Amino acid sequence: MADTQKAVATREAYGEVLVELGRENPSIVVLEADISKSTRTAAFAKAFPDRFFNFGVAEQNMMGAAAGLATTGKIPFVSTYAVFASMRACEQIRTFICYSHLNVKIAVSHGGLNPANDGVTHQATEDLGIMTTIPGLAVMMPADYYATKALVRAAVGWHGPVYLRFTRDPVPIIYNPDDEFAIGQAKLVRRGQDVTLVTLGDMLHTTLAAADALAHQGFSADVIDMHTVKPLDAGALLASAARTRRVVTIEDHQIHGGLGGAVAEALSENLPTPLRRIGLRDTFAESGQFGELLHKYQMDAESIVSAALSLAG
Amino acid sequence: MSTLDTSAVQPARSTADLRRSCWRVRHHIIDMIYAGGSGHPGGSLSCTEILTTLYMSILRVDPAHPDWPDRDRFVLSKGHASPALYAVLAERGFIPLDWLPTFNRNGSRLQKHLDMHLVPGAEASTGSLGQGISMAVGMALAAKVDRSQRRVYVILGDGECQEGQVWEAAMAAAQQQLDNLIVYLDYNRLQTDGSVDDISSLEPIDERWRGSRWHVQHIDGHSIEQIMEATAVAQATLGQPHIVICDTVKGKGVSFMENRYEWHAQSLNEQTYGQAKRDLAAVEEAL
Repeated sequence: MADTQKAVATREAYGEVLVELGRENPSIVVLEADISKSTRTAAFAKAFPDRFFNFGVAEQNMMGAAAGLATTGKIPFVSTYAVFASMRACEQIRTFICYSHLNVKIAVSHGGLNPANDGVTHQATEDLGIMTTIPGLAVMMPADYYATKALVRAAVGWHGPVYLRFTRDPVPIIYNPDDEFAIGQAKLVRRGQDVTLVTLGDMLHTTLAAADALAHQGFSADVIDMHTVKPLDAGALLASAARTRRVVTIEDHQIHGGLGGAVAEALSENLPTPLRRIGLRDTFAESGQFGELLHKYQMDAESIVSAALSLAG
Repeated sequence: MSTLDTSAVQPARSTADLRRSCWRVRHHIIDMIYAGGSGHPGGSLSCTEILTTLYMSILRVDPAHPDWPDRDRFVLSKGHASPALYAVLAERGFIPLDWLPTFNRNGSRLQKHLDMHLVPGAEASTGSLGQGISMAVGMALAAKVDRSQRRVYVILGDGECQEGQVWEAAMAAAQQQLDNLIVYLDYNRLQTDGSVDDISSLEPIDERWRGSRWHVQHIDGHSIEQIMEATAVAQATLGQPHIVICDTVKGKGVSFMENRYEWHAQSLNEQTYGQAKRDLAAVEEAL
């Protein structure tokens, strides 16, 4: 089993795999909006200065330029914080990248509440919902270091635009170096029978802790890492829900849109199942320590356990 | 005085030839917008000389190979002038002339705002102002990465310059020294709600672009000779992106449209269509 003592921010994994990919694939170019030290594209910039472009604090033009580069056969990775990509440059993503189905990889850091003390302006808590609504865009958040490297590689092989969301802060390593990942294919991380816990990204660790706590109460859980919100692995979701008949979604995001929304849609149309959604309940959070924020906004392991048990009986 | 190398386009066309092409293009624009039921006549007619000269004399493109990787790129950043681009693409042989009457019809490849995947020769699906120029910056960067001599040409609108993204693109182009980027500003001084100066003036326009570290020229946008001369100068000037500010007349060629902002987006009826066609024919005869 993986070394769960070690924790690494997924943006670190992104920075590393980007350099590996840059070495392997001369078509890859990287676009940055002045925060390369933070998004970790700085390593690529150092290794391949001719293929790295810093646009300064100008995300809209950067996104448009990425579209233009993609039309010539380049594979652009565009990096900034998730808040700015998904909202400041939302129209550029939708109309210039996705409408023309251009091969741009939007790879952004600081997803969710994980940026913690950076506060609401830097916490991306609506981005999954917004991005998932755009046709033709694959949306995902890898859970750990190994998942990140695998999914970024998968994104290179994916024909079309992709939105990849990483964490600012370290998250525990859960997977192994040889675990395989495919876009749109969920991973059943734990098997149980009483409830389906569907999660992604930095909340996988917290969800596993909740599953442990539930197990102590004699309530076993399927834990699904639904790293890809779109295209959703409805097959994996429905197979689990058919057995457990209870679903809880957990994400570092609002309960609207995002994973909770996608799961609610899939269940309602195919297998109406009692559902609880864990996430921000239509509120902005605040600046604070991540663990404390999760607790205050009822997104911690305790809250997941309560939600699961509320479905019992 | 710089001489434009027009050898990219064979057979080479004389200025008289180009002038005649411009008026054919204007006929197509009016025909399309009438048949299609709506469109943007004013801004399509104002950039006709620029667009025609580009496709007939300047752009290194090949209608037989629209995906030729090392071709020049053209981006119509003011995407609502699509009728003008369709007309020019047809005249240049990228699309059949008989596509033009389908403009703006259900299921047509020629939508009101162009879709790059439906129209051979189209490089970007524009229509949202301020974005085409960003794409052009990306294309110009790609050419630099590839160490290619190909260039990227853009037609930008004046109202469009009110979008902040245009200035982000301008800064990036100057910073990256994209001397392979040549932008023509269709300065007809009118937008949808009125005159540019009344709504949000761009003046002093030359200084604004010069201050953005661009190489600036300011010409009569209806003079084919000046368009060609300015392009030659731009092509020969290194180290900076280029803007050619083109004084133009919105609705040029149609008496009741000229300098009238109301004709930014309007459909034609039988009477106005007839008058427009007579106006164009009168100029053509005089050529």
